Amino acid sequence: MIPTSWYLILAAVLFVIGGAGVLLRRNVLIVLMSLELMLNSVTINLVAFGHVLQDLRGQIIAIFVIAITAAEVAVALGILVALLRNKHSLEVDELTVLKG
Amino acid sequence: MEQAFFLLLAAVAVAAALLVVAARNPIHSALALVACLVQIAALYVMLGAPFLAVIQIFVYVGAVMVLFLFVIMMLDVRKEAQERFLRGTPLPGLVVLAILAGELIFLLLQSARLHAVMGPGQPVAEQPQVADLSLLLFREYLLPFEVASVILLVALIGAVVLAREDGAKTPETAPKETRGAAR
Repeated sequence: MIPTSWYLILAAVLFVIGGAGVLLRRNVLIVLMSLELMLNSVTINLVAFGHVLQDLRGQIIAIFVIAITAAEVAVALGILVALLRNKHSLEVDELTVLKG
Repeated sequence: MEQAFFLLLAAVAVAAALLVVAARNPIHSALALVACLVQIAALYVMLGAPFLAVIQIFVYVGAVMVLFLFVIMMLDVRKEAQERFLRGTPLPGLVVLAILAGELIFLLLQSARLHAVMGPGQPVAEQPQVADLSLLLFREYLLPFEVASVILLVALIGAVVLAREDGAKTPETAPKETRGAAR
């Protein structure tokens, strides 16, 4: 029997690693992938607590998270392709279109 | 035995996650993320959620990451080989990360209620089946399910509109220009 705390620690480690990718990397694609990693670590938490508490709602919410993530990635990659066509850059510190 | 499996999967997942953040080539990052997601799917099986594991592999690995790989291969990523991280000292980011990590460690160590829940884990009375999951999804969560389908449709239309060439171009000239750009 695996202690639930192991799952929570693994999820926390993955979350921090994903946060490092979001905050430190320059390439927008890597930032998006790190976001996926963070979402997955949160989903591990949901499923682990659902398993311990014998509640299926954790899995239900995880399914919704996955569905919404698919939608988010489709829109984000569409924005990236449009952005690259107009600005020819994928570095986060050069994308300052919205800066006042 | 089970714990050894968990440790193996967790170690590979963490190593792959580190590779996602540290890799020079975005394609290596994407493949490492695929490896990480497969480990997480295996963890779902150990958590008694085989349906979610299959969904994870179908949707994440099969659709989302393949979309990522297509976009990476479509775009020019050669510049990335020179600079991986942000210019200058990323001090604010490191401070935020340290605060985040410290907060998570503090919460995991200190929360008494969490310890009460975590414990050694109760013996599982009866493993819930996929049928129970579907009953819950289509009875109690039917409205969110339908809303999710609308969101997916909106995202589909939005992605097509965003990634399209400018609307001013006529359909006859657009293919020629893309062919010229490909050269």
